[in-house]
Amino acid sequence: MSKTLFEKIWDSHIVVDEDGRSLLYVDRHLIHEVTSPQAFDGLRLNARKVRRPDLTFATMDHNVPTSDRSLPILDQTSSVQIKALERNCKEFGITLFDIHSPNQGIVHVIGPELGITLPGTTIVCGDSHTSTHGAFGSLAFGIGTSDVEHVLATQCIMMEKPKTFEIKIQGKRKNPHAVTAKDIIMSIIRKIGTAGGTGTVIEYRGDTISELTMEQRMTICNMSIEAGARAGLIAPDEKTYQYLKGRKYTPNNYDELVNDWRDNLKTDSGAKFDKSFTLSAENIAPQVSWGTNPAMTDDVTGSIPFPDEYGKGNPEEVKGATKALQYMDLKPGTPIVNIVIDRVFIGSCTNARLGDLIEASKVVQGKKVSSKVRAMVVPGSQLVKKNAEEMGLDKIFKDAGFEWRESGCSMCLGMNPDILAAGERCASTSNRNFEGRQGSGGRTHLVSPVMAAAAAINGHFVDVRELDLN
Amino acid sequence: MEPFMKIKSIVTPLDKVNVDTDQIVPKQFLKLIQRTGFGQYLFYDWRYEQGGIPRKDFILNDPAYKNSKILLARDNFGCGSSREHAVWALDDFGFKVIISTSFADIFYNNCFKNGILPIRVSDEILQKLFSTKSEIEVDLEDQIIMVNNTPISFDIEPHWKKILLEGLDDIAMTLQHESQIAKYERSHKT
Repeated sequence: MSKTLFEKIWDSHIVVDEDGRSLLYVDRHLIHEVTSPQAFDGLRLNARKVRRPDLTFATMDHNVPTSDRSLPILDQTSSVQIKALERNCKEFGITLFDIHSPNQGIVHVIGPELGITLPGTTIVCGDSHTSTHGAFGSLAFGIGTSDVEHVLATQCIMMEKPKTFEIKIQGKRKNPHAVTAKDIIMSIIRKIGTAGGTGTVIEYRGDTISELTMEQRMTICNMSIEAGARAGLIAPDEKTYQYLKGRKYTPNNYDELVNDWRDNLKTDSGAKFDKSFTLSAENIAPQVSWGTNPAMTDDVTGSIPFPDEYGKGNPEEVKGATKALQYMDLKPGTPIVNIVIDRVFIGSCTNARLGDLIEASKVVQGKKVSSKVRAMVVPGSQLVKKNAEEMGLDKIFKDAGFEWRESGCSMCLGMNPDILAAGERCASTSNRNFEGRQGSGGRTHLVSPVMAAAAAINGHFVDVRELDLN
Repeated sequence: MEPFMKIKSIVTPLDKVNVDTDQIVPKQFLKLIQRTGFGQYLFYDWRYEQGGIPRKDFILNDPAYKNSKILLARDNFGCGSSREHAVWALDDFGFKVIISTSFADIFYNNCFKNGILPIRVSDEILQKLFSTKSEIEVDLEDQIIMVNNTPISFDIEPHWKKILLEGLDDIAMTLQHESQIAKYERSHKT
């Protein structure tokens, strides 16, 4: 029988079926400091062990400072959480990439970078952006802390089988340096909505996806959760196999595994999806979010919508848009390029990989950040930072007036000292523009790295298609 | 986990779509390493002005809803971050039932893991509940919401119903499959 890629991975991980649910085996469990302490407490309380510490990897990313790592952490509550993770990993025998490790970084950046993420595997983490790893053809999704405890104790997760959702993206982007993977995924979310993928696993397909680099595919899968999906998947291909070859944790029998993956890890022709959506990449413009959820987004050439027009007759959506514009302090009809910004954040598990920094640096090179803007680059991992520095990217950013930081989640969610002040407006390469996400009262506009870089230089949004980025 | 009992209470209507977990518990409160005590941070940025003064126009600050155990919400409630802290905060504040037209997947799961019952209803029923001022009763055993002596039935996945009603420990349930897990591990390559 013809199967989708998702169904193949699902079926090959069933340990037992029970009451309409499946107990699935988890191949890799990633943990971090914020959603794990209560899970370890639960284990201790019930005298349970970690079943497979060898399949569990930990790092600290959410609340770590991105300033000088030789200094002590001033925030006591963050420090307590970081120490708790160190203690827990030691007690239960789990590999930890701590704040001083050359492998430290955002959990969804280091997983692939270290070869922990592999095609055809199941990966879970107490973080919704675990969907990122789907770019490698792994079934990867976020879980709550109770499930973190469940996976630690059993190496399995009990789940109802999600539905399948095919999203086909076809055609050539007119200017692939200006219209990025971020613009593709934001266009999708804008069209299907923040609950468009609820209850499903999305498989992204089509020639536009095949042409993307692995890093760009990660940006697409990363934001699947912003459309409400459990996970996002892209079938592995030669780019995938090449990317993972020779990484720190890539298995010794890698070539043998690749042969197997080549034969099996694809959706069979004739396989049926529960839902389908098609997007043409040809006319996608750079995207800018204007509201307080990622579907509230428009082309950079557009204007702030009138709530009635946005809500299309749905009173709840009209109310939502009105409230969003109030929070964002934006007037309907304002051209997006007229929006003046105070801060720029280039970072996060969505857009802080080497390719993102290279593209952004092309916009910045030889220019200066607007005197009214404070801009920062937070590389996704220590390895990204090191590679970028070897290419001299740090110098390009610093010369332009950007701050060049240590790796972590940073201002994507503002759990560390990198936050917006109330009323500040930020062009951000992160994934969520929720109220207060980057700091209480802060206003977030989601954009691609090149759009963020151009906004930093100009002090307002500009259409990066007008720049020479080649 | 405590077994889920019948709940009778007035409902707190939170009239907003796409409420994300960043609003339910803002990030500055995620640094605690316990599961308890999150109720005081529930909807913190909507509940309080800067400086911690309660906002008069926010529903949770209305004394009329003080002892409510049932939260009415709109579409896509609990979207965004996987933080279970959101459910711990709702629970600690006193909510045991959340009724909406739809929930985000991770949040929906997290509710059951903490003994909270999320109920999906149609638009029409939700509208009716939003206009109810009197107490309603939620009976999980019979899958009935009683509104002004009118029963409204709801659907629930049988396994979640069982786990809530019996207050089961799902890790202990999975560990009963130990031999199957071990067998799977022996035959699995990656």
